[in-house]
Amino acid sequence: MSDMFLNTLLPQLAAGAPHTSALGFVLDGVDGGDVRLRTPWREDLVGDPETGVLAGGLVTTMLDHVGGLATWVALGEYQSIATLDLRVDYMRAARPRTDLIAQANCYRLTRNIAFVRAWAFEDSPDDPVAASQAAYVLTGDGARRVGANLRPAAGSRA
Amino acid sequence: MDALLERIPYARFLGLESRLDGDLLTVVMPFADRLIGNPLLPALHGGSTAALLELTAVAQVALVFPRLHQPRPINVTVSYLRSGRPEAVNCRARILRAGRRVAHVTAEAWQDDPDQPIAGLTANFLLSDPE
Repeated sequence: MSDMFLNTLLPQLAAGAPHTSALGFVLDGVDGGDVRLRTPWREDLVGDPETGVLAGGLVTTMLDHVGGLATWVALGEYQSIATLDLRVDYMRAARPRTDLIAQANCYRLTRNIAFVRAWAFEDSPDDPVAASQAAYVLTGDGARRVGANLRPAAGSRA
Repeated sequence: MDALLERIPYARFLGLESRLDGDLLTVVMPFADRLIGNPLLPALHGGSTAALLELTAVAQVALVFPRLHQPRPINVTVSYLRSGRPEAVNCRARILRAGRRVAHVTAEAWQDDPDQPIAGLTANFLLSDPE
């Protein structure tokens, strides 16, 4: 994995699109295969005005997005991917007026699919607000070629 | 406009609009540049569509089962079926079952053709005690 990928491209992928920039996403570190994304608390991102807690939809968006980042880290490069499906379990209410962190790990990568687990929390993944399980399709040319799944790729990962 | 969605800051951030036919809510997310997740395609961020699905489900449950507190998600599964083009997205939810505590809901989001949804949601919500 190049320094250019980690230091320049990944922060751009984390927060450079209009939606991620509007939400205030910040890349909060990469440790091995673990990637962290932070959203500073903001009034307009609240889901329940009664509690001041960030919206469930925002948590889902963070988990979806950080899972994509973890997939690119596992691939060691940028390639085109698309979320296939995403399941989120909400374990407890987030703390009001507090930044939220999402951390993901791509624990299995095949030629076509990346399998990712992620957690959302304020302090530690041991005390999660939500956890997710997601699958991403690798839509880059190599994976999409007809029969790509039948031939062992040169230098393939198992 | 649905009263609950009007009160939710995140629904306003997404620019959601809604209309009611009987007790069936249709929520629309008009296109805005800040919803774009992939500027190269361009495509909507999957998260903005997921949030639309979830908020539509919450609002539909709250409409049919009014409670003191809004329904809280227990779990949510989103299937992404097609890439979201830079156009408005429509969404409707269906409550398949509501017990005393849990409501099971599905929702679909589409752009111009309801038979070609761009994403689907299956979710369970916790209902607070009746007022």
